[in-house]
Amino acid sequence: MDSGLCIQNLHLQVENQTVLENFSLDVPKGEIHALMGPNGVGKSSLFKAIAGHPNYHVLRGDIYFNGISLRNRKPDDIAQRGIFLAFQHPLEMEGLSVANFIRAALQSRQKAGEVFSSTDFYAQLYCCMDQLRIDHSFSSRSIHVGFSGGEKKRCEVLQMLMLRPRFALLDEIDSGLDVDILQLMAKEIHKFQEENKMGGLVITHSARFLRHLRPDRVHVLLDGQIVRSGQEEIIGQIEHSGYRSFALS
Amino acid sequence: MRPQDINIAGTEHTHSDFSYDLSYALDAGKGLSHATIDYISDAKGECPWIRQWRHEALDIFLRKPMPQGWPPEVLQQLRFEDFHYYLAQGTESKKSWEDVAPEVKKTFERLGIPEQERKFLAGVEAQFDSEAAYSRIQSTLQRQGVIFVSSSEGLAHYPEIFRKYFGQIVPVGDNKFSALNSAVFSGGSFIYVPPYVKVTQPLQAYFRINAENSGQFERTLIIVDEGAEMTYMEGCTAPSFSKAMLHSAVVELVVLPHAKVQYISVQNWSRDVFNLVTKRGVAYENSEIRWIDCNIGSKLTMKYPCIILKEKHAKGEMVSISVAHDGQWQDTGAKMIHLSSGTSSRIVSKSISIGTGIASTRSFVDVHPSLEDCKNHTQCDALLLDAQSHSCTSPAIRVWGNLHSVQHEASVSKISEEQLFYLQQRGIPKAQALSLSVNGFINDLIQEFPMEYSVELKRLIELEMEGAVG
Repeated sequence: MDSGLCIQNLHLQVENQTVLENFSLDVPKGEIHALMGPNGVGKSSLFKAIAGHPNYHVLRGDIYFNGISLRNRKPDDIAQRGIFLAFQHPLEMEGLSVANFIRAALQSRQKAGEVFSSTDFYAQLYCCMDQLRIDHSFSSRSIHVGFSGGEKKRCEVLQMLMLRPRFALLDEIDSGLDVDILQLMAKEIHKFQEENKMGGLVITHSARFLRHLRPDRVHVLLDGQIVRSGQEEIIGQIEHSGYRSFALS
Repeated sequence: MRPQDINIAGTEHTHSDFSYDLSYALDAGKGLSHATIDYISDAKGECPWIRQWRHEALDIFLRKPMPQGWPPEVLQQLRFEDFHYYLAQGTESKKSWEDVAPEVKKTFERLGIPEQERKFLAGVEAQFDSEAAYSRIQSTLQRQGVIFVSSSEGLAHYPEIFRKYFGQIVPVGDNKFSALNSAVFSGGSFIYVPPYVKVTQPLQAYFRINAENSGQFERTLIIVDEGAEMTYMEGCTAPSFSKAMLHSAVVELVVLPHAKVQYISVQNWSRDVFNLVTKRGVAYENSEIRWIDCNIGSKLTMKYPCIILKEKHAKGEMVSISVAHDGQWQDTGAKMIHLSSGTSSRIVSKSISIGTGIASTRSFVDVHPSLEDCKNHTQCDALLLDAQSHSCTSPAIRVWGNLHSVQHEASVSKISEEQLFYLQQRGIPKAQALSLSVNGFINDLIQEFPMEYSVELKRLIELEMEGAVG
């Protein structure tokens, strides 16, 4: 309860529609959990609510991160507390380069009087780009503008590596990736998580991605509730029988 | 009316709300009449022809009605009788940099203006330091024969060339405000660049305008002779120290064959200034004129720089950025008049409307008969920040003949809530997220600005956005 992410009896509304009701989930510190389930059950909405999107209203219940309530906090405040959301559909920002964006994000985390070193920044940026096999020329391109689906996803993970969050919400970060890049991304995320004791919640439909990522727990979300939690064996069942098989059990 | 010492409190500037007293030795008093003209001419010790010219201009001004129908309604609030048409500081300022209020210093620091310039802009070292700065510019350019003086000095010391072009590009009666300027002008620059001289350093205007300590009706005349090149920068992102709330300038450019001129202005007047400016350049054979214009301040700006492409292969370009904040109306645009074959022009404008701000862009492209191979490309992009923000574009294109290529593009976009959320999710506060988006929107145009200006401009926009979020 006082460490990691703790969602308690959440009642979530978007545009006057109830998305989740009485929803609870614990992700203890340093663990990665996967959230699986059919489209439209509110997985992405949950992520946006955690990140403080102004249109996602928590009517009841609460979300705690390391014991602190995130309710009614601004998105930048929540981000500064170490929560990172990799977007399912990252936004394009014409005229804002990848490097300048990440730099602005890092600078917003600086304490007064801290000096920002451009040389160190670029060294680190290029190193992370190499890890994800992103060409260095992307650093000066407008963020996500003209990027392919896979490039967008890699750019999201690049930001994660650079911003070093304490908890990552990864929303279908694997979609649109070819098998090699999928494996690479899963491994890099896993490595980063191990080294930094980062916690995380991952939305995915890909069993292959999860096998590489090796989450601590897998939850199946159906009709606004978690109907099953377990380990890797769940992935197999989803692969064989689909999400609906959990409704019957 | 006699020159008298008066003390005007609240000689103030733009957004940061600082003001301090300045004592003016010369004041033409409130209102405008033929007596005002005589006062100005006396104070400047002008020769009879220019005095006569001013009187005639005043008659035209009085005769001409206010423009009706098309201008923003807010123009009707303008009361000509409320202004002082000539104010000058007779004595040297005794203030020192130490006396300047800390907030003023802070503003300058935030704007990133170098300390030397800050002192100057604060008006504390005006006379002495500006002269020094001035003569330094002079010494490097003088050897090449470049003349860079105030318009009054140009009139007094270089009458033959001054008279040849003065009032020829923008005739007195061009519009009501050009007539007003012609009647009461003071300050502004006179520049002459001799043939084939390439001035590498930009010539900057705020040095002298401040030294004159007025500049509400400045008059600038620039002649760039054959094959010569020059960049001129006027105004500054710094606060303006104007008492008057009417700024009505006239700028005339004469760009002779094969010459190139770039004219950059960054206007950041306080939010109660009517900024009504007439700018026009004539481009001769194979020459280039480029206006770079940035309007951030003022209550109302009406400014439509014009380029007359008089001889073949002349090129004209207008690059403009305007920011209209709460209560502001930026009515800007450009006119490209193609009078010769093979001439080309480009208009690129980006406007940002915040809160109740209104940005309107007018463009006029005119290709005259019996020509061939004229080209124009016009692009107007608007960005709206709030639901009540307002933007409009009114293009006018008149083309005679069918051997030309004329294009017009316009777009309106809004910073979406999702984009802001995306930026904020990375830890960036809302105000900064807005300024990153706005800077992104104008980024490609900013690249066309000289480095030091682009940096200042970006900072200014950051300051604007801080205000936008509150």
